[in-house]
Amino acid sequence: MKFTWFNLMPWPYLPDDFRKKNRSVWVDIDSTLYDPARGHDVYNDYLDLLEYADQLGFDGVGINEHHQNAYGMMPSPNIMAAALTRRTKNAAIVVLGNSIALYNPPVRVAEEFAMLDVMCGGRLVAGFPVGTSMDTNYCYGQIPALTREKYLEAHDLIMRAWKEDKPFAFNGRYNKLRHVNIWPKPIQNPPPIHIPGGGSVETYDFCLDNTYSYSYLSFTGYIRAKALMQGYWDRLTERNEPDESPYRAGFAQTIVVGETDKEAEDLYKEHVNYFYNRCLHVHAGFADAPGYRTIKTIQTGALSQYAPNMGDLSNLSWKQLLDDGYVVAGSPDTVREKLEFLAKSLRVGNLFCLMHVGDMPKDKCMHSSKLFAEKVMPKMRNIFPEYDNDTRFWAQPLAKRATPAPVDAALKTRQTVAGE
Amino acid sequence: MQLRKIKTRHIETHVLEGGAGPDLLFLHGAGGVTPEDPFLNALAAKYHVYAPLLPGYGASDECPEIRDMLDVTLHTYDVAGALGLKKPILAGHSMGGMIAAEMAAIAPNEVEKLCLICPAGLWLDDYPIPDLFAMLPYELPAYLFHDAVAGGKLMTAGMDFSNLEFLKAFLIQNARQMGMAGKLLFPIPERGLRERLYRITARTLLIWGDSDKLIVPRYAQEFKKLIANSELVSIAEAGHLVPLEQTAQTVAALGRL
Repeated sequence: MKFTWFNLMPWPYLPDDFRKKNRSVWVDIDSTLYDPARGHDVYNDYLDLLEYADQLGFDGVGINEHHQNAYGMMPSPNIMAAALTRRTKNAAIVVLGNSIALYNPPVRVAEEFAMLDVMCGGRLVAGFPVGTSMDTNYCYGQIPALTREKYLEAHDLIMRAWKEDKPFAFNGRYNKLRHVNIWPKPIQNPPPIHIPGGGSVETYDFCLDNTYSYSYLSFTGYIRAKALMQGYWDRLTERNEPDESPYRAGFAQTIVVGETDKEAEDLYKEHVNYFYNRCLHVHAGFADAPGYRTIKTIQTGALSQYAPNMGDLSNLSWKQLLDDGYVVAGSPDTVREKLEFLAKSLRVGNLFCLMHVGDMPKDKCMHSSKLFAEKVMPKMRNIFPEYDNDTRFWAQPLAKRATPAPVDAALKTRQTVAGE
Repeated sequence: MQLRKIKTRHIETHVLEGGAGPDLLFLHGAGGVTPEDPFLNALAAKYHVYAPLLPGYGASDECPEIRDMLDVTLHTYDVAGALGLKKPILAGHSMGGMIAAEMAAIAPNEVEKLCLICPAGLWLDDYPIPDLFAMLPYELPAYLFHDAVAGGKLMTAGMDFSNLEFLKAFLIQNARQMGMAGKLLFPIPERGLRERLYRITARTLLIWGDSDKLIVPRYAQEFKKLIANSELVSIAEAGHLVPLEQTAQTVAALGRL
């Protein structure tokens, strides 16, 4: 199993009456609720936590891209990734990912991912999401029915920009570039690629065609995810793929760990509630711009997790959240038991652990993460021993990587040069 | 109205046809049009009406090759050609008005009589058009009708969103139709028409509902200013769906052409 410590970076100061007074946490949220001075501390804490996860031995630290969203404060995940290249040592930097249809021209993604991979010594795991409808259509104005075509063209351009050794012309429908010749190039060429999907057959096939890992990133938990992930594995069988490596798939799960089940409830309940009540409050009219999802996908019943018929998550009790699998919470033994079931039933090798939840303060998050790293993770390492050697879906860093000089040492050098 | 299917370059296009009189090519708005549409049927009493459905509307196939304003404009000329029409009266409502205006601007010699019923296609920063694509079905009537209560009943007759099969069918139809409309209207229903309206030489009739809350009557003034040979007929107690709310008056106004 590969464990990635993931932070959505929510704004922790949404008021108690947020839900009542605002129609959406996303797209048209009241921007006066943001306070940049507090934001400075929030970013600092969140980066501290990601760095701490590296020290705890997580395989990866994960970040993603959202726009105009109070539960995801990373309009540019690559800026966070750049910060992480300096103070993390071993963890893969999992950028899940860049919404490639939004970058103009998309060679920007090829360039920035290459920069990141070089900076961190080959620790990059790259994600190429289509992007949610909220981000891609409502915030960034892409025409819904053309988004996928633009996405696929961006993908082809980026892969060619990485792979080709000579300058080439790219005459696309959405991108016309006479001289594509990116500099620098990534250490891992290409880096392992993960595709977040929401149940469309097209995305299953896209992953299988290209040997990319399929990731399902939902907030509704491992029990509800069964049908969707099974759809992926059935498709793989239907296509007679040569292997069913669990690393072909990833799943995001909210996880909080206490010394006991009761401690987990006492410590984290309010923060989980903040997330499900305030952070997931999205205007249903932004859930799914018509044309964004293909007809085939709607016919299979794969609707946005924000569609009105997904039900109201705001009043779920702690027991419901646990029983229905939205949240995996409890003592290390409880959590391990549930996650083993998750890994086996969904057959996923890449687990994106949403260990920071809602407005959880740093100390509680560190407590939960430490318990997970020390008492859960080691016992779950060997769930899929027969695929230990599958390196296709994870970063393969350089054996010898540069170490940033300590900041005070740099200061001393300067003083010496200046003769102080 | 009869449904007729004609071959066009990429797909089979569905056309509603009926009535007798001068040829009239009617282009529907984002909500589409059905054979039972009262406005089409009222027009058919005076005109030979042809109402082509954009790809994805009704039961017609989507057309991924039609992507932008120029594609739609030329496609609609292809449809008129395939129907054997020679300079029909060209009328369009809302999105259809935007297409009709483009057709008259791009090939002014092909259009002599033009009727634009509260067309989309312009944008005024001081009068932002509400985001149709972010609205839930129950929010629509307030923007579309003068009488939102009566309009709401008209729109939702026979709809049962608590029925999952109905919901799925509705979402599919909505995705097909509004997905197509989005190519012209999302996220801002403006594709440069302002720069081309000066080319229109057709005698142009603008029809607008006084209570239009989607594309407010200020836009009528703007179209009138930009199209040389144009006349405006304002209709009281009518919203954006003026052909449905004041059918007889709209048909009568069209008679001025």
